[in-house]
Amino acid sequence: MDQFLAFTVVGLSTAAIYAVIGSGLVLTHTTAGVFNFAHGAAGMLAAFAYWQLAVGWGWPVPAALAVVLLVLAPAFGLLAERVLMRPVQALGEAERLVMTVALLTGCIALARWVWDPNTPRPLAAFLAGEPALRLGPAVVTWHQAITMATALAIAGGLWFLLHRTRAGTEMRASVDDRALAGLTGADPLRAGRLAWVLGIQLAAVGGILIAPTVALDAQQLSLLIVSAYTAAVFGRLRSLPLTFLGAVVVGLLEAYLAGYLPQNDYLPGLRLAAPALLLLLALLAFPHRRLPGRDRTLVRVPLPGRRGGLVLAGCVLAVALVLVSVLTEDEVISYGTLFPIGVIALSYVPLAGYAGQISLCQLSIAGIGAVVWGHLGAHGALWALPVAVLVAAAVGALVALPALRLSGIYLALGTVAFATVLDRWIFTLPAFHVLGVRISLFDQGSVSVAGPDLFGLRLTSPTDLVLFSAFCLAVTSLGLAALRRGRFGRRLVALRDSEAAYATLGGRLLAAKVAVFALSAGIAGLGGALYGMQLQTVTADQFSLVAGLPVFLIAVVGGLGSVGTGLFTGLAYVVPVQLLDGLGGWAQNLPALLVALAGLGFAHSPAGVIARLRAQWTPLGRDRQLLTALLGVLALCWAVAVLVPAGGRPALAAALVVAMVLRNRAAARAAAPADVPPEWWGVRRPWRPEDGEVLSRATAAAS
Amino acid sequence: MTVNDSPLLELRGVRAAYHGITVLHGVDLTVAAGQVVALLGPNGAGKTTVLKAAAGLHPPSAGQLLMGGRDVTGIRPGRLARAGVCLIPEGRGVFPNLSVRDNLLMMTFCGRGREEIEETAYDRFPVLAARRTQQAGTLSGGEQQMLALARGLVTDPAVLLLDELSMGLAPLVVAELYELVAEIARQGVAVLVVEQFAAAVLKIADHAAVLVRGRIQWQGHPDSSLQAELSSYYLGSPT
Ligand SMILES: Nc1ncnc2c1ncn2[C@@H]1O[C@H](COP(=O)(O)OP(=O)(O)OP(=O)(O)O)[C@@H](O)[C@H]1O
Ligand SMILES: [Mg+2]
Repeated sequence: MDQFLAFTVVGLSTAAIYAVIGSGLVLTHTTAGVFNFAHGAAGMLAAFAYWQLAVGWGWPVPAALAVVLLVLAPAFGLLAERVLMRPVQALGEAERLVMTVALLTGCIALARWVWDPNTPRPLAAFLAGEPALRLGPAVVTWHQAITMATALAIAGGLWFLLHRTRAGTEMRASVDDRALAGLTGADPLRAGRLAWVLGIQLAAVGGILIAPTVALDAQQLSLLIVSAYTAAVFGRLRSLPLTFLGAVVVGLLEAYLAGYLPQNDYLPGLRLAAPALLLLLALLAFPHRRLPGRDRTLVRVPLPGRRGGLVLAGCVLAVALVLVSVLTEDEVISYGTLFPIGVIALSYVPLAGYAGQISLCQLSIAGIGAVVWGHLGAHGALWALPVAVLVAAAVGALVALPALRLSGIYLALGTVAFATVLDRWIFTLPAFHVLGVRISLFDQGSVSVAGPDLFGLRLTSPTDLVLFSAFCLAVTSLGLAALRRGRFGRRLVALRDSEAAYATLGGRLLAAKVAVFALSAGIAGLGGALYGMQLQTVTADQFSLVAGLPVFLIAVVGGLGSVGTGLFTGLAYVVPVQLLDGLGGWAQNLPALLVALAGLGFAHSPAGVIARLRAQWTPLGRDRQLLTALLGVLALCWAVAVLVPAGGRPALAAALVVAMVLRNRAAARAAAPADVPPEWWGVRRPWRPEDGEVLSRATAAAS
Repeated sequence: MTVNDSPLLELRGVRAAYHGITVLHGVDLTVAAGQVVALLGPNGAGKTTVLKAAAGLHPPSAGQLLMGGRDVTGIRPGRLARAGVCLIPEGRGVFPNLSVRDNLLMMTFCGRGREEIEETAYDRFPVLAARRTQQAGTLSGGEQQMLALARGLVTDPAVLLLDELSMGLAPLVVAELYELVAEIARQGVAVLVVEQFAAAVLKIADHAAVLVRGRIQWQGHPDSSLQAELSSYYLGSPT
């Protein structure tokens, strides 16, 4: 009985923290219109900052608290609002989600950069020296009591703010109808700023309260948020009382599981994964309404031509050939991962780009592809590769089933929950038997992965593997381009534009969704298998949720609708890391930070970088003379890089400079003289999208 | 009706464009205090855009916006609203997920207090009093328009801009709402009304203007000659 009480007290105090963090999520969602994936990360940064002030620099606790909660947290909130959210205000839910994912990645990278993860940073509980309180048979430490009291105070304060003050009403009204709020004399900008400041302050309170009970670790603290997500989903992201109820359920569940779950090899992971499982259940059990608001601007999905696809495939192979001919064997191994990463990134194209379904668990599914190939293809048997793809596809279809009920951020949350369950439980399991079949994943360590045997030709050297991956990337890119042009691709885009319209037009929603999830999971599985071959041994960490976020972000920056995003993501993910590698330890976290920054820059070209690049380079591709010149120069640079020792980087730089110069020349040549008469539009100069509109206006005005 | 001669709201040669495409080609329009001006015209003529420009939602690309003789071109909608410009936009002019009471609370930014506003609104529209805790989005169309129009009543605006008040409402309700508009105007408010169907508004209008393809093609007293003008513009055979 005493034990039960003790677990209950622990559970309730954890619940109080989840409630604080969860209510911050609900607050930002209802008052800023954003589901903030980086909410936990903001709390994590606050905990680190608090440690730095109170422990690192030995400030008195009240001063440290005041600085973190009243200065740093509001400043962070204002910055996030200004830099991140305001630019995407007019865009859709998906874009806002991307921004918060970028912020999450950025926060983790920043924390690791500033605070070396290998130094332990113990943080004392509040009033740790005082004797614990005795409430009848229950013992409550001061820290637990403070936590619970804080949660209650916050609950009351938030309720009052939202329902009894004009500022609260102003914030809710600004989410409801921003333009109308402006017309009433309210200030939507001020409301948005206040919402962010309060939201981040709540995250900071939660982070500081929870840090003493767990290790001060950037990733772990940021992902504690999964439990708070569960609480917030109980409240359907809008009700504070239900969020508190959800927090109590999650907190107690964790405490009792920790206390009563039998000890063996299989179950500790279940305890860690329990909040994520509960999140999945809650997502499925409760009906979800989308946030109000009509501000949805859909980005166009480009239609790749046959020639474009072939050029892209050619580029992929050319990059591979250049890499294997120029680099040393070690470099080939590290640069070579760009092709498998590219294949994994391509798995977003049909799913998120065409069908508009956001999944954050693609790298986790790739992990499944990698282990299946690792075990079955240990001797290179080629049949194991399709099996790996099929197993991954089956897992994808499994994910699709709950996804049928979810969309938008709820779907993204569901895939986060799925990836978390894999990370914390499934991937940590030792080998087990189901119906007499031995199933083994990462074997609680690492799995070695062999290269395939292509009809007697065993691919073992890094060079062979790079060429093989590049071939797979090229073929997958071509396949996806063909898919987009075909019937299924057009149907997927229709499904993205409006699920309801798709269904009323007689489309089979269920079949289409399951098919696209399976297809994209299959591609991810292939990518995972290739990634494994390149790495030679794989561990679960390489396929975790957090590891997958940068891939997602870069793919988004490239443009999820373009098939070129595979090559783009591979290059952007691998090359900066390798180039910066030579700069020493301090630069290690720079690439992750760059990824986050790039994600933030996405706000300024939501259609993706690839569409822009394409527009910039097309004139050069059309200009025979200059194109020939370019190819000549590239060949020359390549020869220099191959023949001259240490000539690689200068040759690369020279090639880039020449390519840019030629590009600008071609663009200048293609630009027609300014005043082409209208009857020559589309003939002497390219037809522009706005031309039709201009012409019809001109004729209307003239009549 | 008490019609003052100095214009309270004045648009001078206002041009406006969306994405570089001009939709207003120099609109001149004046509304005096206590005057009701009806702005009529076919779909896509730019009527809504005129109101947006007047309320600061869509700053003109050229031309001037004056209020009481003062140049207010390019001022943000929030500040214009606090200075007395009240636009009731097309469609829903209410916050659908806020309760009726919270919708009224959102009208306090123009200076008057909460009690006063609730009293005036509930007094005028008793149906709203009965539904004060209901979400505005679940009110009937007529009730929503009443709630929207209540803002024009309780915030004491100097200029009231109305966009298609009649949209989707029964004729009886429309007549009732326009009666209220006339009453608001009698208190010295400059009212600019945009309508697709002229009949209802012309009963209360002192002045009418017809906008076609971004230009004012006709303006004057709303008498029988206007009917002939209108039918020719709507039928697309301009003289
Ligand atoms: N946000 C916008 N972006 C681009 N074009 C717009 C936008 N809003 C209006 N337009 C265009 O400007 C023109 C005038 O639109 P406006 O809404 O002012 O017309 P209106 O006279 O109010 O029409 P209606 O009677 O149908 O309401 C139309 O051709 C419309 O397509
Ligand atoms: Mg209109």
